[in-house]
Amino acid sequence: MNLHEYQGKQLFAEYGLPVSKGIACDTPKEAVDAAGEIGGDAWVVKAQVHAGGRGKAGGVKLVKSKEEIREFAEKWLGQNLVTYQTDENGQPVSKILVESLTDIDQELYLGAVVDRGTRRIVFMASTEGGVEIEKVAEETPEKILKAEVDPLVGAQPYQGRELAFKLGLEGKQIGQFTKIFIGLAKLFEECDLALVEINPLVITPAGDLHCLDAKVGVDGNALYRQKKIHEMHDPSQEDSREAEAAKWELNYVALEGNIGCMVNGAGLAMGTMDIIKLSGGQPANFLDVGGGATKERVSEAFKIILSDSNVKAVLVNIFGGIVRCDMIAEGIIGAVKEVGVKVPVVVRLEGNNAEKGTQVLAESGLNIIAATSLSNAAEQVVKAAGGK
Amino acid sequence: MSILINKDTKVICQGFTGAQGTFHSEQAIAYGTKMVGGVSPGKGGTEHLGLPVFNTVRDAVEATGAEATVIYVPAPFCKDAIIEAADAGIQLIVCITEGIPTIDMLYAKEYVDRKGVRMIGPNCPGVITPDECKIGIMPGHIHKKGKVGIVSRSGTLTYEAVKQTTDFGYGQSTCIGIGGDPIPGSNFIDILALLQEDPETEAIVMIGEIGGTAEEEAAAYIKQNVTKPVVSYIAGVTAPPGKRMGHAGAIISGGKGTADEKFAALEDAGVRTVRSLAEIGQALKEVTGW
Repeated sequence: MNLHEYQGKQLFAEYGLPVSKGIACDTPKEAVDAAGEIGGDAWVVKAQVHAGGRGKAGGVKLVKSKEEIREFAEKWLGQNLVTYQTDENGQPVSKILVESLTDIDQELYLGAVVDRGTRRIVFMASTEGGVEIEKVAEETPEKILKAEVDPLVGAQPYQGRELAFKLGLEGKQIGQFTKIFIGLAKLFEECDLALVEINPLVITPAGDLHCLDAKVGVDGNALYRQKKIHEMHDPSQEDSREAEAAKWELNYVALEGNIGCMVNGAGLAMGTMDIIKLSGGQPANFLDVGGGATKERVSEAFKIILSDSNVKAVLVNIFGGIVRCDMIAEGIIGAVKEVGVKVPVVVRLEGNNAEKGTQVLAESGLNIIAATSLSNAAEQVVKAAGGK
Repeated sequence: MSILINKDTKVICQGFTGAQGTFHSEQAIAYGTKMVGGVSPGKGGTEHLGLPVFNTVRDAVEATGAEATVIYVPAPFCKDAIIEAADAGIQLIVCITEGIPTIDMLYAKEYVDRKGVRMIGPNCPGVITPDECKIGIMPGHIHKKGKVGIVSRSGTLTYEAVKQTTDFGYGQSTCIGIGGDPIPGSNFIDILALLQEDPETEAIVMIGEIGGTAEEEAAAYIKQNVTKPVVSYIAGVTAPPGKRMGHAGAIISGGKGTADEKFAALEDAGVRTVRSLAEIGQALKEVTGW
């Protein structure tokens, strides 16, 4: 689960990291009032969406009057911001963050992830802040400094100092950086983060370190014990079908094609998408219906798949391990009737009672094509969707 | 021979009296697994499915000599359950549970490593040596004793590979689901090393998916150390970047972890790859000459 910048900065502030004074606003009037409350005569206004590249897309602006703030808020609130990280529709803006202006001398980068290879929380720091860090890692990997957190002892101040010296920091900045490093490590563990980035971490003309942006990703598996963070969830930033699927504990990801997929198991769901592509078709979605493919879940899955108007045919691929395929077949028939599925449905059943399940489908009198194998299923569904 | 488990492996179940623990322990017992008891704190001294229930793993190990445990406890309690098992002297921990926080696994994995305990999972179907021992949630009846070792990050994809190797008449030596989480107890290399050493395993099927670099690391290992024929399929060629595909670990991030990169690394290591998961059996036939 991702957080907005303003939410990330709230967490930063709680862990003692230096952030600008800022207020997240829902209306142009609130934004104008916020500038008054913050004070000064220049501010930064930032559209809050779950995507990077906001600056280049016009979603971040330096403003010198309250009139400019009103204009910016009126322009973006309720609109979608399209950046190089979003799709062509962009992400809806429902909050504007108004902040005091920070002058910048130098831009650094500081981030942390769980590194799968070393099985450690790994910090990355770079003098190349303010740009896409993936690009820096790709083109000049020597400019990314790393520090691993040993789970036995946790992050230590010396690691912060080491990074600080290597970054070329000096004087009071060493202590400031170390404090940010330790605070971020504490935040990472205590709040079950999956990823955190401060890009840029700036040095002000006065020589102080300051967190100008906050990108925070939280481990979805840990939300049960992160109640406060869970409440920060903003479903408007997600695909509406994915959000609806999540309510039913179905894993759904929308894709560009026209063949809907319903599969049990995440790996097999990906494998099914791949074999559709290999047969000349294009999958419309990833959907893992899970182990208990009951009539209710299958019905909901059909509704979500068919809410995508591009879908011309549906492939149901079930490997019945513990569950019986004839029961799944009944579930599919019930769901097709209840939902009123109009497009052709190709079903491949394998495993427990697969033959009986296929027979039940054949006798249903519905527009259901029973496939004889996985390859056959893929070919049939590509044909049913209108060919290659 | 087989790897990790055989007909003599004494197995306990943590979360024994819960719905999952009960259902899958019944299935395991029916399959012939040497289940010797289970753990449910507060229910020690009672009996369940005809087997003794213990309050702690330590009690269970002392009373039964259990060597392996299968964990079905809910995700919030798994870190505790894994560490308890390792501390009690269990040698093989199989954790089926899905949804364990990553930070918990960082600590649990560190602990089992320090104790020298082997762990499979979490978020996996488990381990099976056909006709001998089944630890996990896989359907026993699709398996057949034989000569192919199967290692996979995905449950249902493992079943597909099992079905094909059974249909071709080859059967399986041992099948290991290492799980779909970012921090697995064992990775491909750990299991490949065992399958390479196992005299009963004549060929290996390795099933990977997008996310991380475990397949690339396995490819480098295979190139140096594995002499048996390996067939591999990687799921997720069509997966878009930045989206989590069901499994916590199945995500292409920062342009890394794509299926194409993994296929290329495996092909470079001399592994026979298939782009369609329906072709695993046929590819095995071709590389082994069976």
